[in-house]
Amino acid sequence: MIKTDALIIGAGPTGLFTAHQLKLIGLNCEIVDNLDKIGGQCIELYPDKPIYDIPAIPECTGKELTDNLINQLKPFNIKFHLNERVDEVKKDNDNWIVKTNKGTTFSTPNVIIAGGVGSFEPRKFSVKECEKFENKSLFYSIKDKNIFKGKTVTIFGGGDSALDWAVELSKNSEINLVHRRDDFRGAQTTVDKVHELSKNGKINLFTKYQISSVKGEKQLESIDIKSDDNETKSLKTDYVLGFFGLIMQLGPIANWGLNLDKKTIEVDTEKFETNQKGIYAVGDICTYPGKLKLILSGFHEGALAARACFKLARPNEKYRFEFTTSSKTIKDRLGIKGD
Amino acid sequence: MPKINYITHDNQSHNIEVQNGLTVMEGAVQNDIPGIDADCGGGMACATCHVYVKEEWLDKLPKKEDGEEDMLDMAFEPKKNSRLSCQIIVSDELDGLTVNIPSKQG
Repeated sequence: MIKTDALIIGAGPTGLFTAHQLKLIGLNCEIVDNLDKIGGQCIELYPDKPIYDIPAIPECTGKELTDNLINQLKPFNIKFHLNERVDEVKKDNDNWIVKTNKGTTFSTPNVIIAGGVGSFEPRKFSVKECEKFENKSLFYSIKDKNIFKGKTVTIFGGGDSALDWAVELSKNSEINLVHRRDDFRGAQTTVDKVHELSKNGKINLFTKYQISSVKGEKQLESIDIKSDDNETKSLKTDYVLGFFGLIMQLGPIANWGLNLDKKTIEVDTEKFETNQKGIYAVGDICTYPGKLKLILSGFHEGALAARACFKLARPNEKYRFEFTTSSKTIKDRLGIKGD
Repeated sequence: MPKINYITHDNQSHNIEVQNGLTVMEGAVQNDIPGIDADCGGGMACATCHVYVKEEWLDKLPKKEDGEEDMLDMAFEPKKNSRLSCQIIVSDELDGLTVNIPSKQG
């Protein structure tokens, strides 16, 4: 069991800056995120899109903002637990026991939820029967490409994941690529490659089609795809892959006994604490009168929640406000040698 | 003020006045119309404000930007008349616009 002064759920900009604030005031913390990389929505949804309203930064992309925040955290050795989703939060006297889906367990007086709009999960097929074959012959991500060798694989989607896998798997498998329109949004070089492979008969391309049903008793046998004009085709296939990007789900957070307003968590504006003592919510996931879903608001909320954490993590010490420009203690923490 | 007719998946019609300049998505969110999640808040980055526009209104709407069609690839059951409601700005010309909200957003 990992003991820490505070556990942050979510490695987006708000979570990262909150970690910085915690470390500045002398508390340790660890961060859990369901994604495989740091940056949250900024990295997952708009890495290349510009942001114009970060104070003192006239323009930066989601990736640049993330890189800068990671850089700012460099003086501190913060442990990240990526690819892990917090499933359970339970009270144990003065501490919260937090468990992830990978079995990592934390004991901490403070849990800061900086979860954006929840955790990112793959978007799934709308056809109900698909669930029956999920993770057996129907996948939303690939863990071992070798299982597809010599088989027929039907891939759905029009972005880079779908196209990259179509190209890669076409070397050793029979590939059907199905997309809802003629245009693909993947990288142009990959799109060209797909068209070339399609000409050479290495990829069977079906555009303006979507899945309409899956067939098979125990094993997947075939699927039906339907065009915009209601024309149906049946494709024999061993495997189906769907690449429709990610969607945010509130997920297990809904079960932690917190007061919710739709998909957001209600907090006070002094500590950004929820109705549970020692559990805070900051950034897009929190709500209070006048809440703005801006990154800068998340920074403010994180700074105040960090101060509230101090009281529970160091009940016998008094928190003293200090400026980074003048405090020797803070400079020591940042590893800055005298001036 | 123009009225937008939101039809939810259970066939309930919500005829709502929406201020000029707001998006069809904002009109739904501010009036608690169920079924429009708008996770990204209007950034054309999530496809959870997806609606089906009633046929006769399709041509009256501003054309889709490239990014919108890309996001619609990820929407739940996209059709020919699919749009992202965050990209439709309400004006007097759109008075009476009717949109159907899908059964879910993902």
